[in-house]
Amino acid sequence: MGRRQSFSDLSYSLVIGGIAILAVLIIVSPVVIALMTSFTAGRSLKFPPTGFSFGWYEQLFDATQSRQIHRAAGNSLEVAAMSTLIGVVLATLAALGIARNRARSARFADNLFMSPLVLPGITFGLAALVYFSTLGFRPSLNLMIAGHLIVTMPFILRTTTASLSQLDPALLDSSQSLGASWFYTLRRVTLPLIFPGIAAGAFLAFMASIDNVPVSLFLSNARTDTLPIRMWGMMESTLDVRVAAVSGVLIAAAFVLMLIMEWTVGLTRRMRD
Amino acid sequence: MTSAVVTAEIYGERRSLRLAEWQLALPLALAFAALFLAPLLLLVATSFFNDDKITEPGFASWAKFFGDPFNYKVIADTLLLGLKTVCATVIVGYPLALVYMDLSPRLQKVLLFIIIMPMLLSVVVRTFAWIVVLGREGVVNQALLGLGVISEPLRLLQTELGLVISLTQIEMPLMLLPLISVMSRLDPNLRDASAALGASRWRTLFTVIVPLSAPGLVAGCLLVFASSTTAFISQTVIGGVRLIYLPLVIWQQSLVVYHWPLAAVASLSLVVSVLTVIAALSYLGRRSSRHLQG
Repeated sequence: MGRRQSFSDLSYSLVIGGIAILAVLIIVSPVVIALMTSFTAGRSLKFPPTGFSFGWYEQLFDATQSRQIHRAAGNSLEVAAMSTLIGVVLATLAALGIARNRARSARFADNLFMSPLVLPGITFGLAALVYFSTLGFRPSLNLMIAGHLIVTMPFILRTTTASLSQLDPALLDSSQSLGASWFYTLRRVTLPLIFPGIAAGAFLAFMASIDNVPVSLFLSNARTDTLPIRMWGMMESTLDVRVAAVSGVLIAAAFVLMLIMEWTVGLTRRMRD
Repeated sequence: MTSAVVTAEIYGERRSLRLAEWQLALPLALAFAALFLAPLLLLVATSFFNDDKITEPGFASWAKFFGDPFNYKVIADTLLLGLKTVCATVIVGYPLALVYMDLSPRLQKVLLFIIIMPMLLSVVVRTFAWIVVLGREGVVNQALLGLGVISEPLRLLQTELGLVISLTQIEMPLMLLPLISVMSRLDPNLRDASAALGASRWRTLFTVIVPLSAPGLVAGCLLVFASSTTAFISQTVIGGVRLIYLPLVIWQQSLVVYHWPLAAVASLSLVVSVLTVIAALSYLGRRSSRHLQG
């Protein structure tokens, strides 16, 4: 009996532990391999890379050879920054308005505002294309900002609402009973306390915008395309090894950003809870 | 009398204050109506036009889309791709979440970092990484050739197997985060109690941990399903032109053929079929967890 038990426990450790190690490998290794390949001296994505060189990075950072990639990266940053900025203002206001409101209409509004997360992005992208073309707009960065705003704002609303619901109402009551106006309480008590929530949401929204494909796919043209769309084009046609260099830059950027967010707002804890 | 007036005044002030607070949601509501609800309504309206110039209202686009047996296969393939990816992420991800529970807080932090980090990486980058891994000259083929297991490079790109493997990694964070969130709140005493009562670790897993973590598991399955069925980039780049899923059809009809009514029908079919499966999965999840816990 005892031996069977320990055999069963051993098989548990082997199977569960083995799959867990496999899972970590599956998660990590493609990223590491892509990063290593970006330093190849060869002209193909062979692995192991043939020799070490910064050649693809040099090409990538060359202003004339990679002008379109640079412009796409600039578009991505501009769209992400603007849509996040507008999203922070609108979502924070809305969260202040409805987060602690138990009325059915407020709950409904909250669910409605979160619904872009559920709707397939490609459906909203097509809808936005049809809508803006019907209204007579031509593709522009402003349209992209409007589209990205809708799909990234829920991230800000969610974290801000969560921060507000954890806020002790006694703090607000005491601020007001001590004579502070509603606006003063907002500025000196509420906003500082929910700031980490807003920041975490803004970060997620910014990253979601940078990463967004479905909306950009429909609302951009050759002049206003974003980095993911351009990279997709580069992968679809002839597999341009500069994609590896762009990937390398993005991997490094994600890593640094992640460390910063971890130190400032404790991102991993926030995402787990 | 005076006190009644004062009460009324306080009341009035309170009410106007609440009204003001509620009004803070108005700017977002307006933006939402103009940029989200209106486009979606227009998309639904567009689907009820017969021609690509959008002049003649009718049901011809719906009839055309659902009159073609090929489109049924595309819908079925899309939903099956989602289900296969869900199964793969559960099989590979669940044990990792189990191991996470037993790690020290320090290692938990490292593992969480490893899980979230790919999430911040563009889907395009993650897709690209799999091209490097699965390509003709990629890691898998080079390793198998080197070991002498195969003599010709395997064709892994542009196959459903390759796509499911890639999506397993690409969607894994969506499975792991809700799972870990639920599991880290489980009372460790329950496992100890189960062990003390003589249950093997396997039995504890299936009778204690799995039922209690069901809400996280269901949430993860829903997220992975919704994301993998609509993963346009991964589907087109790794699946290639030979594997056709609904997002590709939508893209072709709208930006290559320019038949917006048909594209609208295809995209509404995507919404309805994905949301139907999601509703069914979450219903089953709720029922089974109630059954197991009740």
